Order: sequence, then structure tokens, then C-alpha cells
Amino acid sequence: MAGLMAGFGHYTHAVVRGIPASLAKEALRSSQSDVDLAKAQREHEGYVEVLRTRLGLEVVELPADESLPDCVFVEDAAVVCGDTALITRPGAESRRRETEAMKGALKDLNLNIVEMTDENATLDGGDVLFTGREFFVGLSKRTNQRGAEILADAFKDYAVSTVPVLEGLHLKSFCSMGGPGLIVIGSSEPAQKALKIMQQMSDHRYDKLTVPDDLAANCVYMNLPNKGHVLLHCTADEFPESAKVFEKLKDHMLIPVSNMEKVKVDGALTCCSVLINKKANI
Amino acid sequence: MTTEAGSETEVKEKAEESAAQPDQSEKATEETQEAANAEVEEKEKEKEKEKEGKDGKGISRYLPTWLKKQKSQGQTSPTKEVPPTEEAASTVTREEEGPAPAVNGHAEEVEEKEAVKSEQVKEKEAESHSNASADTEPAKEEKVEESAGSPEETKEATEGEEEGKEKKEQQQEGEVQGEGEGGGDSQTSIFQSPLRLVRKTKMKLVVCHVTLLDGSDFTCEVEKRAKGQYLFFKVCEHLNLLEKDYFGLTYQDSHEEKCWLDPTKEIKRQIRSNNWQFAFNVKFYPPDPSLLTEDITRYLLCLQLREDVASGRLPCSFVTHALLGSYTLQAEFGDYEPDQPRPLDYISQLTFAPNQNKEMEEKILELHKSHRGMTPAQADAQFLENAKKLSMYGVDLHHAKDSEGVDIMLGVCANGLLVYKDRLRINRFAWPKILKISYKRNNFYIKIRPGETEQFESTVGFKLQNHRSAKKLWKVCVENHSFFRLNAPEPPTKARFLTLGSKFRYSGRTQAQTRLASSLIDRPAPSFERTSSKRISRSLDGAPVISITEAGRDTAENGREPRLELHSDSKSLGASEAALSQDHDKTQDEVLKHQASISQLKRSFMEAPPPSPPQPNQWEKRLTSSPATTIRIQQQQVVSVPQTEAAAADSAISDTKEPAKTAEVEIEETVVVQEVSKATKPGLVTVTSSSPTGPPAEQETREQEVKVEVEVVVAGEAKAVKQESVSSESESEEEAEYHPNVSVSFSHTQIPEEKEEDEEQEKKEEDKIAEQDVSAPDAAAPLPAEITQPAEETKQEVEESSKEDTEAEKNKNTEQEKEGERETEESTDDPMITPDEAPNGLALPEEEAETGLVAPAEEDEEPKMNGEASLVEAESRPQVICCSEPPVVKTEMVTISDTFAAQKTEIATKEVPIVHTETKTITYEAAQLDGNGDGEPGVLMTAQTITSESLCTTTTTHITKTLKGGLSETRIEKRIVITGDCDIDHDQALAQAIKEAKEQHPDMSVTRVVVHKETELAEEED
Repeated sequence: MAGLMAGFGHYTHAVVRGIPASLAKEALRSSQSDVDLAKAQREHEGYVEVLRTRLGLEVVELPADESLPDCVFVEDAAVVCGDTALITRPGAESRRRETEAMKGALKDLNLNIVEMTDENATLDGGDVLFTGREFFVGLSKRTNQRGAEILADAFKDYAVSTVPVLEGLHLKSFCSMGGPGLIVIGSSEPAQKALKIMQQMSDHRYDKLTVPDDLAANCVYMNLPNKGHVLLHCTADEFPESAKVFEKLKDHMLIPVSNMEKVKVDGALTCCSVLINKKANI
Repeated sequence: MTTEAGSETEVKEKAEESAAQPDQSEKATEETQEAANAEVEEKEKEKEKEKEGKDGKGISRYLPTWLKKQKSQGQTSPTKEVPPTEEAASTVTREEEGPAPAVNGHAEEVEEKEAVKSEQVKEKEAESHSNASADTEPAKEEKVEESAGSPEETKEATEGEEEGKEKKEQQQEGEVQGEGEGGGDSQTSIFQSPLRLVRKTKMKLVVCHVTLLDGSDFTCEVEKRAKGQYLFFKVCEHLNLLEKDYFGLTYQDSHEEKCWLDPTKEIKRQIRSNNWQFAFNVKFYPPDPSLLTEDITRYLLCLQLREDVASGRLPCSFVTHALLGSYTLQAEFGDYEPDQPRPLDYISQLTFAPNQNKEMEEKILELHKSHRGMTPAQADAQFLENAKKLSMYGVDLHHAKDSEGVDIMLGVCANGLLVYKDRLRINRFAWPKILKISYKRNNFYIKIRPGETEQFESTVGFKLQNHRSAKKLWKVCVENHSFFRLNAPEPPTKARFLTLGSKFRYSGRTQAQTRLASSLIDRPAPSFERTSSKRISRSLDGAPVISITEAGRDTAENGREPRLELHSDSKSLGASEAALSQDHDKTQDEVLKHQASISQLKRSFMEAPPPSPPQPNQWEKRLTSSPATTIRIQQQQVVSVPQTEAAAADSAISDTKEPAKTAEVEIEETVVVQEVSKATKPGLVTVTSSSPTGPPAEQETREQEVKVEVEVVVAGEAKAVKQESVSSESESEEEAEYHPNVSVSFSHTQIPEEKEEDEEQEKKEEDKIAEQDVSAPDAAAPLPAEITQPAEETKQEVEESSKEDTEAEKNKNTEQEKEGERETEESTDDPMITPDEAPNGLALPEEEAETGLVAPAEEDEEPKMNGEASLVEAESRPQVICCSEPPVVKTEMVTISDTFAAQKTEIATKEVPIVHTETKTITYEAAQLDGNGDGEPGVLMTAQTITSESLCTTTTTHITKTLKGGLSETRIEKRIVITGDCDIDHDQALAQAIKEAKEQHPDMSVTRVVVHKETELAEEED
């Protein structure tokens, strides 16, 4: 019998979305850089392959939409916890319609859909860090207080604490979960500051894994049957020092995943999937 | 002076009252005034008595100390305000007004004694349960006392035996509360046993209706003057509940708000309107219900939570609603019956959620099916396991505004104070982060311990709706902090003579105490009936989450509360006594005895000194009562404390022997709790490993030590307070402070390491010697001497180390404060030590005198002038004196295998005070360098502090490299300090420590493991 808050990292399904050609030119980015579309698509295929083949998740792949250059970053469109899915209202105007396909897909998975209809609310899934015991919501350029409130309403069981995101795009641009009670955090000052805030706000104790590169702190943790702790993290090519840190995690199945192109448009590893545990429906 | 005549009138009035209730509303309006009057009266009486009895011995016990204290300056005016309508009592008062306000000098002393007396009374109460056979004796005795000023002890004793418990309670009540509602009758009567007698016989019974958690009504009769605890115990008895400390009774005040019934006060005075309606509710939600001993307790908690969930006070998701509901069904109805006709019908009779619908009910049924075979107790346990994880579990919300006027909610819970804006948590202040909690008018303040990088404390203020709600919030904070963070409640009496508003303190058992107590429960699991159906009709019962303790408010507004509150300490004894009688709780018993001995000591202490001079100055007054005074201690960041200051402090020690000098000590009344030292069973584990790791040449010199120790260091300083401010503050009880202090050992303060440990050690020794010298005179000294010690501990503190070896190297030199107290004291009372707010709190010699707590160890050696006196010294010191120096520490060394056994056995050390480990870290270099002295200072490699619900872990790693005769020696010492206020799994802690040590230094091996164990179990004092 699964109880409340049991099974952090247990996933059965993943929702991903293809990369539109428009990504190369039109996707939002915080710094100018040229994206090699083909390479980005190869990377993404590799990512999806890992989820599907190596990890055995049921992958729902939504078709790319050329009118939505950022649509590959499905994480921002929905927050799923347990059997409830909150369809967000992305902070970037150009991305609002990304939620439509996501909503359909999540409905098909029989999740309870909660929509963020308040026009004053914005929330990107990338600002939502779920630790297994509580939520931290980054208040960033993309996410505001109202959005966080609606998230808190959608997931009443959990404490929802807000964390100011002073630098970087999203809260998860410099942190993510690396295991139950383990926060992977970048070593930059804003990242460390955010971590301190999170620790102060929490009734729970978290370990931290500090990696030299903020971007490398975004990794994907899963706890899968027969595989145990699984961690998708940056490759040694991208962030050699940070990769070394991940390699110290002896208990994890470590899967380096290349993300060199998507990162140019602020896409991190977590951004590219929405993970769902269908069996979580108690 | 209360006279016989007065008492007679009193009696009559009493009779009248029982016959026809005095108009409540009128009384209410007059209450405050009356209260003030009462105080004044008492004051005056006291003075009179002082005159009569020379040194005030005779009367002292009858006078509420706090009352006098507070009113000492402005008694006349309030008295005049006494409305003519007031009854006999007021007349009496008038008569008493005659005598001019007596000299102040004596008052303090008297108060002190009186406090002792009241405590004594408590003890008596504890001893004699006989329900007051009416007797005339006490009255006479008292008369005698009054006129002759004979020692009351014996009288008291006899009285105690003769008089019933209730009488005592009443008496105390009267003293404590001053005359509130029933002012007329109680004002004088409290002091007169005849009245009590009459009351006994004529006491009117009232019927109380208590709504229980299952929705049923419990009706019982109580005497009109019964205290809250009487009713509460009645209810618990009815429920067959032993683990009662998590629960409380609520009533609705005149503002339609739920308030906790104060067990130490008369019910009548709290409920205000004549509505004897109560609800039985959970007051403290245990963070881990699985640790409760009995199923019946869990069941009651379940009932409360079902109500919380159904009413929406405890928000949860659809799925959680369904899951909790399904456990409820399983617990109440057993296995799902497939053939049951139309299960949805009965299900919809039950309320599971505020927005319950068919879909939810179907889900509940579906989940219910999956619980087949689960016993009711298991279902309850599952229910609680899920409910406890809800983020709002046990969070008591209060509406407030932040400094910018934005609406927020303040949530008080086991871990601290949470700040919500709408549904979002926007801040959190864990109890260890909070240095002080106070309120003033409708403002509520918390003072926050400075963070690692900050230098100063910050104070955060919130605006509450009104003064009432600010106080209510404050009380809830005090109670929750006490219950969840302390090992024993903090006695409010400590700070009695400088009054800063309300002295309210939590008077019940703490969670630690109640856990200990329930571990002793030895009875077959009581059978009880689960009756969820009863609840259907009820949806409005107690909402403790939103309405919390404001017990005191009704009866009193400004000026009165503090005193009332103050007394609750002594009353708590009565409460515990009752508890004792009910469950034969051994711990309680011990506590009682401790209290008893303490009060005895206090009394004798007070009596020992010669009467103070006729016109003592303010300072002397203070000093007189200082044993009971809590001192605010300053957490000193020793860095800058010059060496010379230490010397000065040393000399101060000798100074303190002389009353005159002591008089210079300024004391601010603050109650502070030093939590870490309180940990019942701090786990202390030392892992020492040596291994050849370095380059071959150096092999033999390299060793690694891993130590796990508990260390607590507290530096104490009496903080200067200006007399004016004190008096002014004492006038109003619109504000109050509470220092929930807090794990000192984890305070991080960055200080350049300047101290040389050799010196420190020497100093320590000197101090000890000095203390010993002092102690003897101290014991006999008329005035409680404050022992001053240099607060200088430099310590290498501890930063945090990231898990993966980011070695942030910080060299911190932190002075830590250490505190030692007698074990007995500790077990009953909380030490009053707190790192104070001064960020770089260097004592300013003119204003602040450092006071040091005498090292407990010395107590053995101190010459006893007379048995009592020395005892007094021992007992009272913890109250008065704070230590700036780590006291001698008695530590038990046990091997790992013994850890558990040792932990469970009480260590029968009579004289061993608490117990802090003397830490080598503090004197790190000396300890490590083999006396060579030419070594470089050690390097603090990493430090990490992790605080979880019940444990604090601090890891410190020092690495020292020394060149010694051509050999390079590298020593790594790693110390892990694990402190917890609950039982620590030593095996696990040790295993973890070793594991981590190995991970971090894979090339070294752990070769030695030493476990220190420190216990602070209460010991009975003979």
C-alpha cells in the first residue's frame, strides 16, 4: 500500500516532445549562441532512448510544433506529483500554448488535471523543485507568487516554500534532486544562497551535493524497480569537474547524457521530460 | 492584615455567592481593577506583616511575591480605584490600606520566602491527598504565625496534611491570581484557613460539559473553584487516558475564540461567562505518533485529526482525503463487506473532507477494500503515519501582518515558527534560531540568532490583530517551544523580581517528560470503543489549530497577568502531583521531590541570611531575590575579550563574595533555556582511529582521530538592566519576553582564533579553584553571590562541509558557552542560560557583570556551613548564576557495546551535576601537540552542522601538521557531536560516523572507538 509521499523517484511514464526546427533560431535564450539543430535533435533522441530503452519507462512522445520553438522543454508546461497534474501558465508569452498538448497527454494518462487559469499567475515547471517531501518554487522571471500559490493549492499535502531566483533562468537552472533527501546544487553564490534559503525553510534535512558548475547541477533522479537509484547527469565532456563529482555517487546508476546543444537555449536535463508515476495512484 | 473578622465576612460572602452568583458582567468590568487592588492589598499586607513580623517571615508565604514586586512603586493609586461596590474583601483592603507602604527593602526578601512557601505548599499538596477534612486548626496556626512570626514550615506541614488538596489549590490560586472575578470573596480569604473551611463545606458544585473527541458529551461535577487540571484529569480518567500531556481542554471566550483552559488556574476565572462548556482536544500534535505508547492515545489523536481534516483545518489533497478516510472506515467498521447494502449511504453520513463528494466516497470505499485484515489499531497507525506528513500537521495558525502590513499567517509548530503568505511558506524560524520571543501590545517579535555570516541578531516583528492575539500567539510559542524543545518546563518563578510583563510559562510536562513517563506505563492495553458515528452530529468542536491558549486573558488584562502567570510554576507542581497520583509516574515523583527539595533549599537559603538593613537600596533588593532570578546570559564572542578581562573576572569572583559588590551586578530578568545541555540523553561517541597513511617516512606519526562528543558550552553574563526600565515595564503586562534558547553548541560565530589553549586551560583550572573558594562563603552569604567567571572559551567551530569533500576551510574560533547545573535542578527546572543577543557581546564591565556558574563538581567539596545553606547554594545557584566557563564535566565513558544498556540505566550519581563534556577541541593545539608548543595551529578542515527533527550533528575536522624532530606529524581529528533531545540510536550514529570517516579518508582506518555518554536523568536528592 503506497502511502502519502512514498516512493520518491518512482516513475513509470515520461512525456517528451520533439524538437522543432524553429528551436535553432527562435527559441528563447539568455545568451546569444548558435544551435546546431541536427546535433540538438540527436542529443534529444539519445535522451529519449535512455528513458525508453535503458530505463524502461513508457515514453509518450508529443510531436514538435514549429510554432512553439521551446516546446521540447515540456517540464515547464506541467507539474506532476502523484496523480495530480498542474498545467502551468508559462511565464513566457510565446510558450503558453505549449500546455495544450501536454494537457491532452496527461489527461490520457488519467491524471487529475488542475489548470492554472488565473491570468495573473505564471509558473514554469523549471522553477518547481519537488524534494519528495515538499515543494520549493523559485520566484523568477518566469514564475510569480500567484503561480506558486496555485501550485500550493493543487498539492495541498505538501509545504510549498518560495525561493527567490536572482540569477539564472529557473530555480532548477542550478539545482535538482539527486536522490531522496539529496539536493544537487551548483557552487555559484546565488545557488548556494538559494540552497541556504531552502534549508532554512524546510522542516526536513537535506544533504547536498555541490558541483562546480551550476548547469551541471541539473540532473534527473529516478528510483526504478530493479535498477535502484538512477541519475541522468552531465557528461564529462561538458563539465569534467562536475562529472567527477557525480561519479562519487556509488549507490547510483549513473548515466551521463549529453546536452550540449539544448543548453544553449537554457534547456537542462530535467527540462526535457515530465516524469509520471502511474502506480502512485494509491 | 487579614483578620479573623475579615475572614468571617469573607465566609458570609462566600455563602452568598454560592447562593446567588454575583453579576458576572459587572465583575468582569471590575476585574482588572480588582486585580490591581488585590495586588496592592497584598502588598500592603505584606508590608504590614513585615512590620509585625520583623523580618516578614511570618507572613511571607501568604504574599504572592510577584504581586508585591510589581506594585511596589505605585500601590496607592490603584487602591483608590477600588470601586465602592466591592464587597467585604475590598473593605478589608481599605482597612489594610492604612499602613503606609512599607520599606521596600524587605519586600524582596519576603517575596522570596513566600515563593518558597508556596512551593512548599505545593509539595505538601503533593504529599497529602486527603480531601480536606474541615478543620479549624490552620486558622489558629496562621494567626499565631502572624502575630509571632513563627516559622511556618512546620505549620505549613501540618496544614498541608490537614488541609485537603483542594484547599491548597485554592489558597494558591488566590495567591496567584490575585483576586479576579470573585475578588470579593477571595481577596482575603485565601490567607485565612477558616474561609477555606467554610468554602469547603459550602462549596458549590457546578456541572461541566465536555465535548469529547468522538463527539460525545462528558458531564461531571466540579467544585466551583476547581482548577482546570481537576476537570482535565477527570476527563482523562473518564477516557482512560494516561498519555494526557498532548491534550488539553478548550473553552470559548467572550470573543468566541477557542482558548486553552489553563490547568493551573481556576476554571471559573477563565471561562468568564457562566458557560461551563469545554472541549477536549489535542494541544500538542506529536511529530511521530508511532512513538506514543498506547493505542488509545493514538486513537484519540486520530479522532482529532479526522476532525481537523474534515473541517479543512488540516488541508490535504483528494487522494489523501480518500486514503485517510479509508483508514477511518477500516478502524471504525473493520473489513470492507462486499455484501453490505449500499455502502455509499452510510459513508456519506460521515464527513471525511470539507468538499466531500461521491467521487471521493467511491475512492474511499475502493481504498477501504484494500485494507482487509487490518486491525483498528493498525488502521489508526496508518492514518497517523500519513497525516503526520501533511505539511500543516500540528501547525497552529495565527493571522498577522508583516512589517509592511501584508496579511500573513504565523504557524507555530513543533519545529518552530512558520510564516505563510496565502498558502505559501515564505519563511521559517526553527526554535534553535530564535533567541527571544516577545510581544508588546499587538506586536509580536522574535529575535533571530545571527547566521554564520551575520554579525548581529535581527528582530522580526509582526502585527497581530490586537494585544490579545499577540499574547495568545506568544503563549502558544512559549508552550510549544517548552513542550517540544525542552526536557523540563521552564519555571516561571525564576525571574520573579524583575518583572517584564507576563511570566507565563508552560507548566505541564514536556514531550521528553511525557515520553519518559509513558515508557513507564505498565498496564494492559485498555479496551475502548471506537464510535465514529458519534461524530456525525458534531462538526464545530474544538479548533485548537486556530484558537490557542489565552487562558489568562479573560481574567486579567494588564498588570495582573504577570503575577498570575508567575505562580503557575508552583501550581504546576500541583498538577504534576495530580498526575502522579493518577498514573504513579515515577518521573513525576522525582520531579516533585526535586521541587520539594529545591523549594526547601530556597527557603532555608532565604532564612539563612540576616535580615537586610531597613533601607536597602534597589540593587540590594534585587540581590536578595536573585537566587530566583534568571539572568540573561550573553553569548560572548570571546575573541576580543582580552586576557585581562579574564583576570578581572577572576577577581570578580572574589568580589561577589561581598554583598556590596554583588550589588553592582545588574540583572535582567529573562528566562532562557539552554536546550542542548538539556538533552536527556545526548549521545556521545568518540571514534578514534590511527592509521599509517602518510608518506612512509611519516607513517608512524600519522594518526587520525574521530571523535564524537557532545559538547555544550555556555558563557553566561548577567546583563545589565536599568532600574527604570524594569520598573516601567513591570507596570504593564502588555509585553513579555521569552528566551527560548537554544542549542548553544551550534551557534556559529566567526572569531579569529586568538586564544591559546594553554592559557585557557590554566584559566579554567583557576576558575575552578576560584569557584571552590567562593562556594563556601557563597553558601553562607546572606546574599546570593554571583560568581563571575571569565567567559573565555575559544573554540574551533564548525562550518559546514559539503558532502563531497568541498573543503571549505574556515578557521573559526567561537566561544561557546557552557553551562553546568546540578542534576536535580536540571531535571526540574530549566537552566536559565542563554547566549544573549549582543552580537559581539563583550561584557561591558560597568554594565554587565559576568556571572559564572560554579562548576558542579565543586559542590562536593564545598564546606558546608550548615546543611541547608550549602544545599541552598547548590540549588539556587543555577537560577542565579550563569556560567561563562564550561563547568567541570562528568562524563561517562562506556564502550560501544554498553551504550544502550548504559543509556537505560540511570546513573545513580547523587552529586553529579549535569554533564557536559569537556571538549578537547577547545584547547585544540595543546591537546594535540604533546606539549611541544612549537606546532602550528591546527587547521579546521571542515565542519558541518545538520539539524534534523530530533538530532543535531556537528562535525569538526582538524588537521594539524607538526614538524617534530625531523618527523612530520599530521594529525587529523574528527569530532562528530550528536545531540538530541530524544533517544539517540547510538549504534546507528556511530556506524554513520565511522562510515563517513571512512568515506572521507579511505586510506585510513578507524582503530579506536570510544563512546561517551552523558546523562542528565533526574536524580533524587536525599
